[in-house]
Formats: sequence, structure tokens, C-alpha cells
Amino acid sequence: MSELEYACRPISEGAGEGEALLSTDALCFALCEPDTGCVLEKGHCLDGRSVAGRILVMPTGKGSSVVQADGLYRLIIKGTAPAAVIIQTPEPVLVSTIIAMEVPLVDTVDPAFYDEVEDGDHIRVDAVAGSVVLTKASAATDEGDA
Amino acid sequence: MELTSLERDMLAGEHGEGTALAMKVQVGTGRAFYAKRMVPITRAHVAASAQEGDVYFVTKLVDLGARCLVSPTTNPSMDLAYVDDHLSSLTGEGRARVEASNEAYRRIGATLTLSCTPELEKNVPSFGEVVAFSESSATPYVNSVLGARSNRESSISALCAAVTGRVPEYGYLLDENRRAEILVEVEAKVDDDFDWSLLGYAYPQKYKGAEVPVFTGIDKRPTPEGFLQFGAELATSGAVAMYHVAGITPEAPTVAAALGGNAVKERVTITDADLDRVREQFSGEPGPIEYAMLGCPHLTIRQVGEIAALVNGKRLAVDTWILVSSLTRELAERMGYLSVIHRAGGHVVADTCMDIPGCWDTYYGRPGVTESQKCAFYCQVYGQRYAVRPLAQAIQAALTGEVVK
Repeated sequence: MSELEYACRPISEGAGEGEALLSTDALCFALCEPDTGCVLEKGHCLDGRSVAGRILVMPTGKGSSVVQADGLYRLIIKGTAPAAVIIQTPEPVLVSTIIAMEVPLVDTVDPAFYDEVEDGDHIRVDAVAGSVVLTKASAATDEGDA
Repeated sequence: MELTSLERDMLAGEHGEGTALAMKVQVGTGRAFYAKRMVPITRAHVAASAQEGDVYFVTKLVDLGARCLVSPTTNPSMDLAYVDDHLSSLTGEGRARVEASNEAYRRIGATLTLSCTPELEKNVPSFGEVVAFSESSATPYVNSVLGARSNRESSISALCAAVTGRVPEYGYLLDENRRAEILVEVEAKVDDDFDWSLLGYAYPQKYKGAEVPVFTGIDKRPTPEGFLQFGAELATSGAVAMYHVAGITPEAPTVAAALGGNAVKERVTITDADLDRVREQFSGEPGPIEYAMLGCPHLTIRQVGEIAALVNGKRLAVDTWILVSSLTRELAERMGYLSVIHRAGGHVVADTCMDIPGCWDTYYGRPGVTESQKCAFYCQVYGQRYAVRPLAQAIQAALTGEVVK
């Protein structure tokens, strides 16, 4: 299985790995059900899907100044928070919340990453050195077929 | 980011571990936004709440020895005594959290105003003043209507700013980021406060970016309440914390002034159909309701007066909660509105938010009415099914016990 490594900028220090969960919409953690980590927001592209243990790849954050922190905290104590978050554009509420709650967060990932990454790929985020390592979910199967 | 020797000392723990943690969050945020330095603030408002995540963080800071250099005003929690007497007694963890929140904020040096509308009373910034205001409905008001300068602070980052007395200089603190890039042509009829809330919710549905918009086609200045609800919904539906209304807000005497030399990146048109779509999205099911929850953000004395006029001599059919600041409640008493609303069976409660877990359990999973899309949006998580109506219609629903289409 080949690994693809991309440079990124660490924002909140730490490391995390897990399956990629791709969102085209900004997310507010308060609209996730704490026991399961499932997104509850109607009309959100992740509606009904769980962020628990995932590497959440999304454009940015949204939501009111209080609920973002409370939402993320509830996910953390229930063990349903994402393992790390990758964003395209920093947003102050999300950034300060994530730093305070000590979840790894990176941005400005090499644009080539976005051409490759798909839901379910394995991702390792190193938010100290500044790297994102992608292992395609399809890679093992492709090699087997060859 | 370049830090002064004082800031470096704060970060290194010379001023205690609590201050160091606050500085770490701020420096991390500053770096994320390529801030070059930190600048002093003269005011702060913390969107404190009795929610778990918030209590966790303020308690952690104060236990590590942090004290505020700039005393912030605070968001609502709940009036335990009033809710005990009139709804249900909050017990166990919920009660402990409300008490722990007040205690921790008092210890850290906050001013416990317990209202989400500080910019209308008690903590009103001036034009050009650099401040750290969390509370997503307050930040757009402070930036756009008053012309003060605040980033979209979280409760956490605003508290950190109150502790360190400074903020990283980026975003809306800088002239170039306050200029508009998106030209919004409002063709819809925007008359009353409720229309402004619909416009606030509709715009981020049509344009998802956080660039500063300038709204044109508005010829009538909204009321303070209209501006307040507009900002609340812009920040609920999207993440807009700065806007201009051409010919009305202070940094936008004209469209050209609002743009400040920027090219228009995108044109967005808002029609009556866009507002109707939001109206429909939040209309709920016609039929019986069990409660009315009004005041997200907190209602003003003018709105309490309107409610008093509507319920005078009548009897409310369902539990009706009117959430206000302590000052507004005091004024309502002086004006006689409180007696009128009490005689109708309604409640005017200070210091209280509609989103305090434990406070409103009675209504979880139940149908109600509110004037606020923001209230309806955030209470989805509790299974509260709200029909959103303009204030006068919401009161009508509370009087009859049902919402009509």
C-alpha cells in the first residue's frame, strides 16, 4: 500500500489518525449527537454520518461562539470527537475552540491532497511536524487486481 | 508573530499558568491568521454559558490562577430562583453547573451582566475601539452598526483576551479586511424586524463565503432590534461577523466607500422568494403548541412593551417565557409591563438563555413557538419543535395555544 505525504501547517498541536470524512459544508460540533458523533443538521452534507474517530476534512467552521466549544467538549468526553481536523480556511471560533480543547488541527494542506482524498481513505495527521499522510482505501484492492 | 517582552513573559508562565494558557490559545489563533503582533483591548464580552464545555474551560483557567486584566461582561445563564419557583427545580449536575459557572466567572474577575445584548447596554463600544466580543449576535452589531473592531471571538478566545488584556491583530481589526467584497442587491421587501431576521438567515444560504458583504437596496434604517436579529441570523446560518448596509451603517456612506477600492468578487441578489424560503423552512407544523420562548437574543424594553400591549387584559393559553436582561426586567417593572404580563400568566425572566441544558427539559421534544430562527436552529438538538413567527404572531399563538399557517 502506497502512502502519499503532503505538507501542511499545524494550528493545534498533536497527532491523530483515522478514516477520512469529507465535508463540503462547514460544521458546528453542537449539531452532532454526543453519544454517536452523528451530524444532526438537516440539509448538511454529513447529515446522519458520524465524526467519531474520523479525520474530518472540511472547508471551515461555523456556528455561534458558545455552542462550538460546548459541542466539541461533549464529543470529547463521550469519546466521539474527530481524531483530527483538516480545514481549508481558518475561522476564529473553530480555531480557538480546537486549540483550547487540544484536538489536532491543520490547514494549508498541499492542494494535491484534495485531488486524491476520498471518503474512507486512511489519514495520519502530524500537527507538530506539519504533515498529512494519506493511504488510499482503494489502493490494496487495486494492487490485488493487478 | 512578534511578541513584546510582557507578552513573551505571559506565554512563558511568568504571570501564572492560567495566563500562559490564555496566551497560548491567543498566540495559536494569531498564528493561524498570520497576525504580526498583539494589540490592547479596552472591552470584552464573554459568551459565558452554563454549558459543560464552557464551565470546563473557565474553571481550568481560574484554577490555574488566571485573573482578567479587562473585566468582561457575560452572556446569560439562568435565574435559578425564578425557574425553581415557576417551572421546575433544576437538580444535580445542571444546578451544579450553573452555580459553578457563576462562581468561576466571578472569581476570574468578570462582571456578571448575564445578558447576550451587552452592545445595547452596559458595555457599548465606540467607533474604532478595539474589543473582544464573543456572542455571535453581538459581534456583527459591534463591528457593523457601531463601527468598533472585534473579530468573531469564541467564548474561549474572548475570555483569553479578557485575561491577557490583548488580542492578536488580524481580521476585522485591520482596515483592509473591513472593506466589502460581496455586493448584495436586496430586491426583497425588508420592512420590519422579522424581515431583517429572514434576510440575515437567507444571505448565507445564497453565498457561503465569509467575505464582508455590502447590502444595497435598503432605504429604511432598521431598528436596533432589527439590526440585532439580522446579525444573529447571519451568524447562525453562516459565519458573517461584519457587514455594511449602504447609506446606513457608519463605514458605508456609499457602496464605493464600503468597497474601499475592492473589486466586487460576487454579486448576490436576495428576492422575496429567498425570504419566503426561510420563512417556510422555519414555519413548523400548524396546530397546538405547548409553550412560547421569546428572546433569542434577549428582547428589549420596546419589545416587552409591545408584548404587554398585546396581552393586556387577556390570558395566555400556554407557558410564555420572555427572556430579557436584568436591566430590561427592572425597566419593565417600572413601566408596569411586568404586572400586565404576570396577570396574563406570562413570565419575564432575566439572566436566562433558551439554550441551558437542564433548564428547559420540560419542553424537550415538545412543540412551541418562538420569534427567533436562531433559537429554533440550536434547539433542534433537544428535539424542541419550534414554529418561528414574528413577535406579534408568536404572542397571538401563545394566547390561543396554536400556531396557524
